[in-house]
Amino acid sequence: MNVAVAVYDVKQDAFAPASEAGPAPKRVVVGFGFWVFLLSDIVMFSALFAAYAVLVHATAGGPAGPQLFNQVSVAIQTACLLASSYTCGLMSLSVNSRRRTATYGFALVTFVLGAAFLALEIREFAGMIARGATPQTSAFLSAFFTLVGCHGLHVTAGLIWLAVMMAQVAIKGFRPTVDRRLLCFALFWHALDIIWVWLFTAVYLMGVHP
Amino acid sequence: MNLFGKLSWDAIPFDQPIVMGASGGMILGIVSVLGWVTLKGYVPYLWREWLTSVDHKRIGVMYIVLGLLMLLRGFSDAIMMRAQQAVAAGGAQGYLPPEHFDQIFSAHGTIMIFFVAMPLVIGLMNLAVPLQLGIRDVAFPTLNAVSLWLTASGILLTNVSLVVGEFARTGWVAYPPLSELQFSPGVGVDYYLWSLQISGVGTLLTGINFVTTILKIRAPGMSYMRMPVFCWTALAANLMIVAVFPILTATFAMLLLDRYLGFHFFSVDAGGNAMMYVNLFWMWGHPEVYILVLPAFGIFSEVSATFSGKPLFGYRSMVAATMVICVLSLMVWLHHFFTMGASANVNAVFGMTSMIIGVPTGVKIFNWLFTMYGGRVRFAVPVLWTIGFMVTFVLGGLTGVLLAVPAVDWQVHNSAFLVAHFHHVIIPGVIFGVFAGYIYWFPKAFGFTLDERWGRRAFWCWFIGFHLAFMPLYVTGLMGMTRRLQHYDVVSWQPWLLVAAAGVAVIFAGIACQVVQLVVSIRAREELRDVTGDPWNGRTLEWSTASPAPAWNYAVLPRVTGLDAFWAQKARAKQGQPAQARKYAPIEVPKNTPTGFVNAFFAVVIGFALIWHIWWMAALGAFGAFVTFLAFAFRQQEEVEIPAETIAQFDRAHPAEVAL
Amino acid sequence: MQHVALAVLLIGAAALGGCSEGVLDPKGPIAAAERLIMLNSTGIMLAIVIPTILATLGVAWWFRSSNKRAHYLPDFDYSGRLELLVWSIPIMTILLVGGVAWLSSYDLDPPKAIASAEKPVRVQVVALDWKWLFIYPDEGIATVNQLTVPVGAPISFELTSSGVMNSFFVPQLGGQIYTMSGMVTRLYLRADHAGTYRGMSANYSGAGFSDMYFNVDAIPPERFEQWVAATRTSGSVLDAQSYAELVKPSQAVAPFTYRAVAPNLFNGILSTGMQPVHPSQRTHLESQRAEK
Repeated sequence: MNVAVAVYDVKQDAFAPASEAGPAPKRVVVGFGFWVFLLSDIVMFSALFAAYAVLVHATAGGPAGPQLFNQVSVAIQTACLLASSYTCGLMSLSVNSRRRTATYGFALVTFVLGAAFLALEIREFAGMIARGATPQTSAFLSAFFTLVGCHGLHVTAGLIWLAVMMAQVAIKGFRPTVDRRLLCFALFWHALDIIWVWLFTAVYLMGVHP
Repeated sequence: MNLFGKLSWDAIPFDQPIVMGASGGMILGIVSVLGWVTLKGYVPYLWREWLTSVDHKRIGVMYIVLGLLMLLRGFSDAIMMRAQQAVAAGGAQGYLPPEHFDQIFSAHGTIMIFFVAMPLVIGLMNLAVPLQLGIRDVAFPTLNAVSLWLTASGILLTNVSLVVGEFARTGWVAYPPLSELQFSPGVGVDYYLWSLQISGVGTLLTGINFVTTILKIRAPGMSYMRMPVFCWTALAANLMIVAVFPILTATFAMLLLDRYLGFHFFSVDAGGNAMMYVNLFWMWGHPEVYILVLPAFGIFSEVSATFSGKPLFGYRSMVAATMVICVLSLMVWLHHFFTMGASANVNAVFGMTSMIIGVPTGVKIFNWLFTMYGGRVRFAVPVLWTIGFMVTFVLGGLTGVLLAVPAVDWQVHNSAFLVAHFHHVIIPGVIFGVFAGYIYWFPKAFGFTLDERWGRRAFWCWFIGFHLAFMPLYVTGLMGMTRRLQHYDVVSWQPWLLVAAAGVAVIFAGIACQVVQLVVSIRAREELRDVTGDPWNGRTLEWSTASPAPAWNYAVLPRVTGLDAFWAQKARAKQGQPAQARKYAPIEVPKNTPTGFVNAFFAVVIGFALIWHIWWMAALGAFGAFVTFLAFAFRQQEEVEIPAETIAQFDRAHPAEVAL
Repeated sequence: MQHVALAVLLIGAAALGGCSEGVLDPKGPIAAAERLIMLNSTGIMLAIVIPTILATLGVAWWFRSSNKRAHYLPDFDYSGRLELLVWSIPIMTILLVGGVAWLSSYDLDPPKAIASAEKPVRVQVVALDWKWLFIYPDEGIATVNQLTVPVGAPISFELTSSGVMNSFFVPQLGGQIYTMSGMVTRLYLRADHAGTYRGMSANYSGAGFSDMYFNVDAIPPERFEQWVAATRTSGSVLDAQSYAELVKPSQAVAPFTYRAVAPNLFNGILSTGMQPVHPSQRTHLESQRAEK
């Protein structure tokens, strides 16, 4: 506890507003701080979304969205990611009830689903590049690869983080620090899901059915 | 593939005497200081107490040291520019060829905004906000250290560009297409981009830290409307940091992708759109100046109230004005490019919003005036800075409202008039505010006050020098002088530019006075010692601690029942009411850690490697940073417990300072 | 009141010597209107700012702690009426200046044609590194770093850049407008007095930026016809090939003319974005300068 409160001898008024209650508990502080970080990350994605919206028609004579996007692959990716969010939720429940094996199990499934998402995305990118639709071809493709790729990088970072967290659980158990970090991971993973929903709507659905 | 990417001995400009002289001087200075520190045996102390510290007070001091050092570097750039423009009239070419001059004005802007103003403001927030909130530290102390050292990484990289390679020659805004690889093939823009990306991560983390701290960690009883105004302005500034720094990160990432991987976000071909960069940059850029000036306004509020001996006038109004500025600042960005050809509808709307944002600022000026009204104003040095600010800033603001009129802006955009305007608001606003805060909170940080006499001299030199240096630029701007000129053919501008150069010399005298002030004060620190912890008869909680405050700030968190909590405590004590009883208990404080420092080292490695295309080195740096993070994540001990007896002993040794 | 303020400001400006050139010495209707707005807005705001400065100094001095005659009001920290005043003064000032700003954004909108009995002269402007190309499509000639226009006729500008962003600016005739590659910006100006006026780039564009200025010669209409005819008799032809030469980086270019211009050259420049300049050409130029 880095803001441990020494004893003060004034009675706490039970009806005092929350703003007068003094320092919040550490779990609240950490969760709130991580939310603020997620908001900042969403701002960054918004800037990339804006760039995409500005450049979506700047195809420079090259291929546009409808010619490139494979809706089936995207649908499977979406299913994988949404399912992984569900299993991540199950993992969080396991953590809350301190069930180690269940935690590892659901973490593994989450990891596999996330990795599947990434594999499909990499395959999509590789396919596009093989057909000559590279990010260097046009401004539209630069924006597409960057926006979708940025999300993919976040998913990758999330998978690495998940692996490290499982190592932490194995070595340190469910002590408060580890518990708080798992909370943050869960928030991160769900946020990536939300961003993906916006992403595939704006890029894949609207791009093909304007 | 070359093992060292683009790096070779050619990167060091052996044939350019001015650059070699400056580099040599800088390296000599750094080596001398490091050598002296080592020989005196201070390294273990510095490592233990400062470099690995996660204490907000220490971190704040280090930010301020960084900012003040970089002020010297940025100011040297200013001297060089003014000297060049003073002589390069008619057919004369001056002493700085364009390749240098263009780097100097780019470095000047970059350094002053990112590595002087931001660290100074963030440093003062670090020092004062937790103390004012009546708490022990910020929400995430280790992250705080990481932020500090990442800022230092950015600073180091920018200074390395002086010796190895070059800096950007694009201006501090680095508009494409000029900043694209095609038109800036050297490493200069890459130094700019990576320095700012790295320090930008640090700044964003600071924003998250302070928003969380101010909203979630305050002394018991301190509701929002009982927070000191400086904390409100800090909250607004940090909310803006969280809201806009990610835009800059994304924008620079896009430019980096263009430069490194041939993407087409802003290129002239394949559909790139340079106007988009301009929009995105200023969506960050305008809130940035309010991030800088709002905490300075907060300092002026604290100073005017304290030294008038009365509460700040119109507290609620000030809070409302602050939050209104916070929101409105996100709606004005287009006024930086009224000349880019948007429709009349767009220009008109942004002109209006840019003017409306002048209203809450005007309100603040009047509220400070009424704070002094009916007070007993003591003309301590912070008050000189405050009054100097008030009478100067309103004129700078006037020129700002002028520039908000599109039809006027079309005539003076990018001219010396514009340069005069933004210095006319940033220097009185941010710099005078930071200097006031520096004098005001120095005793709290170090236990003794700064010499008054040299402080006055510094103020008058800055005040006079500022006016001499910048008022002539309004004239030359109206005469048709555009900015960033390495030489000019219109000789009638020269007399004005000579006056401006003289002004810079007077500011130099001011800075010299500040250096002397520090030296004199350190020598006389026993006479100047702050024995009560409350040298100014302050109103807010930080003055209830000892000077300097102990690591745990408060042995017992104060219970707050109103605004100006310390003033109320003193009033109660005068009335003979007993002070809050103390039961000492052990306090856990976060453990010092080298994480921030080591991580920053790897950040410099990564940045330098990416700039010079040394891919294996970048990968190693990234791996090193990851390992550092793992080492932190798996550390066994996270906190250190301070025994109750230590705390009690401290209180017994500082009876006057903790009497209440 | 406004005229008094205007007079004071003009006298002050003249005394400052800034009157003989630049934006305070307009030679055309756009610049004149813009100057009027600047001076009016300044006057309105000074009416608030100067009393505020005096009040600040006065209050600080009167309520100095050594002045025993001043009343100490330690609890004076709020007044509803003062709050109302304190918010309404800036609001009213801003509304006033804002009205001026709003209307003038439309009245003086750069692409807005200047009403005139005269037929506008069309000029197509290309910002190059580091000189200005002016194409007169109707006259079939072109000039570099020299803009000759007839007095009294509106000039209709279409502007672009060959590469980096510049800004076309003639302070005595009117406001500036950016020039950007692959895009066209529009501007209308008119010179009402004969004379030579300074034009420049107002957006930093690289090593040769400082020399990127040009002269605008406003001459009587008959002499303009003569000038066009004379230009058609000498100089080379501006076509894709000679343009490719012109586009190469050069600085401090002395003004010269082209006797003929290939049709639709401007559109060609627009649509190809630019002829890419090889990076080595730019740095070669800069290292040449360094050796001097």
